[in-house]
This record gives sequence, structure tokens and C-alpha cells, in this order.
Amino acid sequence: MNGTSISEKAISMSGVNKWYGHLQVLKGINLEVGRGEHIVLCGPSGSGKSTLIRCINHLEEIQQGSIAVNGTTLSQKGSNADHIRRDVGMVFQQFNLFPHLTVLQNCMLAQRRVRKTSVAEAKDKAMRHLERVHIAEQAQKYPAQLSGGQQQRVAIARALCMDPQIMLFDEPTSALDPEMVKEVLDTMISLADDGITMICVTHEMGFARAVAHRVIFMDRGEIIESAKPDVFFSNPSHERTKTFLSQILNH
Amino acid sequence: MNYTFDFAPVFAAWPSLVDGVVGTLKMSSLSMIFGLSLGIVFMMMRMSKQRALKAIAVSYIEMIRNTPILVQVFFVFFGMPAIGIRLSGEQAAILAMTLNCAAYAAEIVRGGVQSIRPGQIEAGRALGMHTVDIYRFIVFRPAIRAVYPALCSQFILMMLNSSLMSSVSAEELTYFAQTLDAQTFRSFEIYLTLGVIYLALSQFLSIALGMIGRVYFSYPAK
Repeated sequence: MNGTSISEKAISMSGVNKWYGHLQVLKGINLEVGRGEHIVLCGPSGSGKSTLIRCINHLEEIQQGSIAVNGTTLSQKGSNADHIRRDVGMVFQQFNLFPHLTVLQNCMLAQRRVRKTSVAEAKDKAMRHLERVHIAEQAQKYPAQLSGGQQQRVAIARALCMDPQIMLFDEPTSALDPEMVKEVLDTMISLADDGITMICVTHEMGFARAVAHRVIFMDRGEIIESAKPDVFFSNPSHERTKTFLSQILNH
Repeated sequence: MNYTFDFAPVFAAWPSLVDGVVGTLKMSSLSMIFGLSLGIVFMMMRMSKQRALKAIAVSYIEMIRNTPILVQVFFVFFGMPAIGIRLSGEQAAILAMTLNCAAYAAEIVRGGVQSIRPGQIEAGRALGMHTVDIYRFIVFRPAIRAVYPALCSQFILMMLNSSLMSSVSAEELTYFAQTLDAQTFRSFEIYLTLGVIYLALSQFLSIALGMIGRVYFSYPAK
């Protein structure tokens, strides 16, 4: 799938700085993501990787720099955030399904309220995406009745129902029991095969090897290294990357 | 003591007691519905980032919660005609109880909204939903569910407090009891019976609200 053409820019971040009070959490981030490109973002906890992807759909404000999604520059105050969010789906570590709605309703709500689709159309699309993540038979259940892996697959289907061109994954498997990681990763791999643009914060290095065009390593708010997976894993050029890889791979 | 208990005059007056029960339930339930709705508006103002809105809501809530409901209804019934607003006893009672209930409901519901994990709101935002829609479709139901028992006790308390509305001749249970007392002088029997009726009403309300809760919040918890 590395043959997917990567021409126009889906996301471009330049000179992005962000502070929480006096603590600078993003330092001079420059990142260009091509259409259809798959990026895995890794780094120690507190390195700013989640913050970085949360800035792309303006769940976090930035203080300096600029972010453009599909050529539209996100305004500082986020007044056009809704416009950008139409193209960007997000999957969270904690799933964040709506507990009072069934699986099907979870997938229909935003279609109905944001896209103003008819009930029949919204339901149809929801069922198609639920089938795609192999969970259609649970459509009438509530999130609390599903396992973590199932919930995360529903969350992926819910995001896909909005026809995003870009998907952001914020540690999608970190809250899962080990035996459920695979079903979620398989779903993400099948998405990647379809050529959607993806940025994924994860420590699943097998996933990175399988689908990433580029692996980016962050530490203390900076992008330290960005390389193709084979180079990244076999021959990282920075000391901090080496230390990090030895910590997550050697056990 | 040679008082002979005689409940017969009280029971004979059952049609007016039934009217009283109907009046009490009507005024209380209307005030609950209006009060909860208005309370949600105040809650949103209270949580707003706009200082002016927040200040208005905080002042309102503090003013209502720190003055007696009897004074509030007197103000509505006896005070407001001075500015040209004349209400019947029943209207004044519903208005006063609504205003009163709104202040308490605002604070209770705020607790519920604050119990919602930020991730829920973020998920709505990431899906491109507007703030109003996020509150209406994502936050509201789990938030109310989280504070539903507290909300129910507030409603029951308000139903009991509606007896104070007899002071502005709102035709509720206590008003009819007082009228009956004036006619028969059977105070002991009347107010004992009245107490039993209020006890039954609050039990009834508690069960009814519980049933509504079980239907509306039937989704399984985490």
C-alpha cells in the first residue's frame, strides 16, 4: 500500500507552539501529511503526541503557528472548527460512546444532527459501517453491554459514518485488554488498506510496521525523528529514539 | 379530656378533599415541569463563560434559595399587582413554585452536568456537533440520570411546600382543609387526615417519579 499516491497535503502544521500555563507542550511542530498517508506517532507519555492530534480538529487551541486541513487554515479561536471537523474523524482511548444510546443510535446521531440525513439513510449508512467493523449484530445493544474491543470498533464505525477523509486515532488500543487489541488493529488495518489518511498515536509497533508510511517519534513536545518504519526500527538516528525503542521493544 | 373524636364530618367532605388533591398535584406537577425547564436555562447561564449571564444566574439562585418560599409567593400575589401584574391564587402559586423550583433544579442539574466526562463532549465536538446539540442529545440524559434521586426529593419537597400556597387562596389541599376546619371546628381530625393524605401523596409521587426514571433511564450503566 506504500504505492498509494501521496500528492496534495491533507494536513499541514507549521511552527505550532502550545502552552499549558508556563509549560510548553508543543514546540515548533512542522508536519505535513499527504492525502492517503498513514502516520504512526509515538513517544513517551507526556511527549505531546495526543495533544498534537487533538489540535488538528481543534479539541485543543494552539497559541502560535498554523494548522491547515485539506487546504483550510484553522482559525486561532476555532470559529471554523466545525467545518474542519466534517473532514476529520476521531477515535479516543476511552471510546467515548454515548452510554444512553444504542450502538445504532450512536452511529446515527451526528449524521442526523450535523449532516441532516434522513432516518432511513442514516440507519442504512450506520448499518453498513457496523457491518464493516463486524459488529452489526450488536446494533441494538448499549455500549455498557459490549466488551472494550467491541466498543472501540463501534467508535470507529461512528466516526466513519461522517465520511471523514482523515482519521485521528488517540491511543485506540491502550485501554483494551490484551486479547481485544487485535480485533481493533485489524479494523484499523482494513481502513488503511482503503486509502484513508490516518494519524495514529500508538505504541503498537507491529501495526506501525504493517501500515505506516512514516513513524514519527516525539519527546518533550518536539518531533525528534520521522522515518519510514523499516528505517525507524532498524536504524534510528537519534539517541532518544533508540532509548525509547529499547524500552518498548525489549521485553 | 372529654373530646369525642368524630371523623364523620371530615369524610363527608371527601369531594372537596379530592378537589384539593387534584389542585395540589396539578400545581406541583406544572411547577416541576416549568421549574425544571427554567432551571436548565439558569444552569446553562450559571455555567456560561459570559460573566453577565453567570452573574444574573448566580444572583437569582442565591436570592431564591436564601428567602422563604412564603415570602416569594406573597411577593408574587400581593406585590406584583403594584406593577400591573394581577394573578389568581393558583397562578401566583404556580409562578412562585416554578421560580423557586428553578433555582434548586439549576444547582442539582449543574452537579449532573459536571459529572459527565469531558470525553463525551469531545466526542460530540469531534463529530462536528454544535454546543446546543451536544447538551441536548449527549449530556442531558446521563446528567439528569446522575442526579435523578436528588431531583426527585426536591420535587417531593416542593409538593409538600405547596401547602403554603393556601396563604394566597390557591385551591389546593390545605386550603380546602382550612375551609373545612372553619366550618366544622374538627381541627384534630382534619389536620390528622390531611397529614395522612400528604404522606400518601408523597409516597405516590415517589413511586411515580421512580417509574418515570426507570423508563427514561433504562439504559444499562457502565
